[in-house]
Amino acid sequence: MADDIREQELARAAGPAVPLDEAAVDGLPADDDAPQPVESAIVEASAVGTAAPTATTARRGVRQLLPSLSAKLVVGMVITIGITLFAFVAPMFVQDPRYSGNEAFLPPSADHLLGTTKLGYDVFAQLAHGAKGSLMVGLIAAVIAIVLSLVFGILAGYLGGWSDDFLSLGTNVMLVIPGLPLMMVIAIYAPSRSLLLVAFILGITSWAGAAVILRSQARSLRGRDYVAAARVAGEKTGRIVLVEIMPNLLPLLAAQFLSAVILAILGEAGLSFIGLGPNGSITWGTMIMDSYGGNALSSGAWWWFVPPGLMIALFGCGLSLLNFAIDEIINPKLRNAPAAVKSVRRARRAGVDVTARADAVPAPAAAGAVTDQDRETVGA
Amino acid sequence: MKYYARRIAFYAFTLWATISLNFLIPRLMPGDPADIMLAKMARNGEVAPGVEKTIRLLLGADTDQSMWDQYVAYWGNILRGDLGVSVTKFPTPVTELIGAALPWSIGLLGLATIISFVLGVGIGAIVGWRRGTWVDHLIPASTLLQSLPYFWVALVLVYVMSVNNSWFPRIGGYDVFTFDGPELTWAFVGSVVYHGFLPALVVVISSFGGWLLGMRNMMVSTLSEDYVTTAEAKGLRTSRIFMTYAVRNAALPSIAGFGIALAFVVAGAIIMEQVFSYPGLGKLMITAVQGNDFALMQGLFLVITITVLVATFLMDVVYGFIDPRTRSNG
Amino acid sequence: MSTTTDAGPVTTPEHDAYVAGLEPVLTARHVSVDYEVTPVVHAVKDVSLTLHRGEILGLAGESGCGKTTLAYGINRLLKAPAVLTSGQVTFHDKGGTDIDVVALGGDALRAFRWDKVSMVFQGAMNSLNPVISVRAQLGDVLKTHRPGMTKAERSARSAELLELVGVDPGRLDSYAHELSGGMRQRVMIAMALALNPQVMIMDEPTTALDVVVQRGILREIMRLREQLGFAVVFITHDLPLLLEISDRIAVMLRGEIVEINTARSIFENAQHPYTRRLLGSFPSLTGDRGAFVRTGEAAGEHPEGRHA
Repeated sequence: MADDIREQELARAAGPAVPLDEAAVDGLPADDDAPQPVESAIVEASAVGTAAPTATTARRGVRQLLPSLSAKLVVGMVITIGITLFAFVAPMFVQDPRYSGNEAFLPPSADHLLGTTKLGYDVFAQLAHGAKGSLMVGLIAAVIAIVLSLVFGILAGYLGGWSDDFLSLGTNVMLVIPGLPLMMVIAIYAPSRSLLLVAFILGITSWAGAAVILRSQARSLRGRDYVAAARVAGEKTGRIVLVEIMPNLLPLLAAQFLSAVILAILGEAGLSFIGLGPNGSITWGTMIMDSYGGNALSSGAWWWFVPPGLMIALFGCGLSLLNFAIDEIINPKLRNAPAAVKSVRRARRAGVDVTARADAVPAPAAAGAVTDQDRETVGA
Repeated sequence: MKYYARRIAFYAFTLWATISLNFLIPRLMPGDPADIMLAKMARNGEVAPGVEKTIRLLLGADTDQSMWDQYVAYWGNILRGDLGVSVTKFPTPVTELIGAALPWSIGLLGLATIISFVLGVGIGAIVGWRRGTWVDHLIPASTLLQSLPYFWVALVLVYVMSVNNSWFPRIGGYDVFTFDGPELTWAFVGSVVYHGFLPALVVVISSFGGWLLGMRNMMVSTLSEDYVTTAEAKGLRTSRIFMTYAVRNAALPSIAGFGIALAFVVAGAIIMEQVFSYPGLGKLMITAVQGNDFALMQGLFLVITITVLVATFLMDVVYGFIDPRTRSNG
Repeated sequence: MSTTTDAGPVTTPEHDAYVAGLEPVLTARHVSVDYEVTPVVHAVKDVSLTLHRGEILGLAGESGCGKTTLAYGINRLLKAPAVLTSGQVTFHDKGGTDIDVVALGGDALRAFRWDKVSMVFQGAMNSLNPVISVRAQLGDVLKTHRPGMTKAERSARSAELLELVGVDPGRLDSYAHELSGGMRQRVMIAMALALNPQVMIMDEPTTALDVVVQRGILREIMRLREQLGFAVVFITHDLPLLLEISDRIAVMLRGEIVEINTARSIFENAQHPYTRRLLGSFPSLTGDRGAFVRTGEAAGEHPEGRHA
């Protein structure tokens, strides 16, 4: 289908090139619908470069699924876990965020680590409670979004046929309709909005992206031998999806979940900023809105509006780094190719490469400088 | 041809879905939005019976008209171009308000999106091409940039640039003190550009990272494809390999996904217009929200969606050109 | 741990007599390729090889023995993390000059590629750029290497090339996805012939195709070789195939050439135990039923012992 080519390209960017077990075991060409490049067993066996002798990539079984301990992973985990702890522990130790007895617009000091707001609230306390609020919204919204994308994605991809067509149409429509306006149209009619309602609205409007990716992966897995075997053996659809297909998509699901959390937190901040956020709760988003409304800008009270934004960014950054680590498991090319190029550069500088010696390049080229040496073979 | 036909059919269906959503949502929510709106309007002046009828159609009424009849009548209104009357700017019709704001948004957004796309895809291609260099280390740093809430970036920019140092104007689409209204003079255009600079900058900053990352990943994947190895073996010039073999293939997902990415740009732009008081659709939308102006809200939702659909379709056309696989039959 | 004598691959006097009268076109001496991973993998260990003008040299071995890596190394196509750590590769041009392939760089390397030595890759499925037409892909070789040609001349040459390999010239404006597997492979061969190279390296060109198409393409290759006189390095794991089509065969094992001889000698009188094992593992149409069934390592057949 001509249309499928476009969808394949779409999913190709976001999804993994080859699902995990595939790369190791099933070297056979995928069915035509699959988004991954056809890699025949022969290519796998003696390819130069990508499937380089698995000295470093030799991990077996479950270990293959776990991310290698890279700087990105460690930093990501530290940030994410740190902020999560902050969100749930710090509120117990700070001042009541709505205690207005303090002086207004105080800059940061020993008493008030991040100063006070226009109404005299302690910014640091607000930040701590806001963390809890934002994270809750993020979590709930992400869960809702993932469940929906599971149905519209994996189920649709696996079932195929007209139920797939039907579900896909829904997904594509939701994909194209711009998210924020849709959220606004729904939220405007609600007289008062709880944290839960905001999370709900965020969740039901943001599942489409993940659904597309999950669907294309499920579709390709549908054609695998072990799935066909399960079907022939009479296993029920539900069980096949849960037991055979989902485990292979777990890294992908994890990455999508983390993305959903970031998007939900950002979305909630946006909604809060325009006045459609949760009434009565404190989140980082409501803090930004309050600071804007309270003229923090013109009063020069940077300590009020800078921290919540930074926290959102930091948390998002942490989750993104985790996502990167997961990405590199799913798509080994992303990790191997740059690493491979780097190790060759190192070898060259050590004089190992005879082609480099023969050419008598005067001094080792500075990293990033383009020399003919770099250009002979792409990535060499 | 089948490709284009399918895309058009899809967009037509989405349009129908949007209009239907507009119809359904107020009727699904608790309370009676129509009454609320009419009460508000009554406070501002006499409400013409025609207007009242339209409002009831838009938002649902407790008349004995069946849902289906209401639906049909609703469609009738839409096709006639009657989107109701605004409550916050009573009694201006919604279409007029939208018409005034539309060019501003399209101008700002259109330009910013194009710049963002070109920048993101371009830099992403270069970074992906030269993998294994120090540039790769910038990627994680860019995730920090990506995670910043765009309007917060706007606030910081505004703070730095215009409150402290008045380099760039803080508000407005053009200098309201010098010009009464839009005019066709270079001075006016200059003022527009001057005022549009900061908002455009924020939109670009907050969205180009996504395209950059996507393109970079695609480049890395594409460079390990067989046809790129073949191209090198053929002794082709590096520039040709880069453009025709690598970029042309790696860019496909970015173009295919343009419509989705556009949704994020739209979201960012809405809030941008609020921060900078830019007279576009976004600001209008926020005014509608803050004033519970349901009719205006619905109208804006419709128009914004249509704009996004058109832009996405244009990108689909581009995609159809570049990827010959779409042109084969089935 | 080497199973060959220090003097190099196992061979027989017939071989030396055979090559004595031939003119070399490509000489490779002490080529080694390493994969810079941890720990470093020595994919090709000190391989020396001579290819003669117009001959078909078969390079046989199991998956992972390094034959493709060797070909890529000789052709300067190694991709990270592979690095050419030592070696001397000399191309003896028709006009009489010798080109030091290892020392080539930049524009000189680009000019050398495809013009003197071209390659047909394994798995042509993905070797054609999916978004540009066949005409464009045949054309850009000509545009880059023969800048003097006009558009019409390029078009004519491209059509001629397609006819040469048995593909309808009307297919020039097709895209890769519109061609069948066999057709794609033929287009690849046409592309490889575009500049009348003196050496063509073919890496498993027919393994992914069904046997009927395989036969057709092989016949095509043989015919073209007769017609145009280029040398071929034919890389495959299919030893019986090489016995049929090649003049000489080199058998590789774990990065080294363990035996090299004329095809006939290998068939009749294989010297190295690994070669014998390789020959013996292909089923025969005649002979005792089940004659090829592996008896397993316990029979002591593995030349390297049990740790491999």
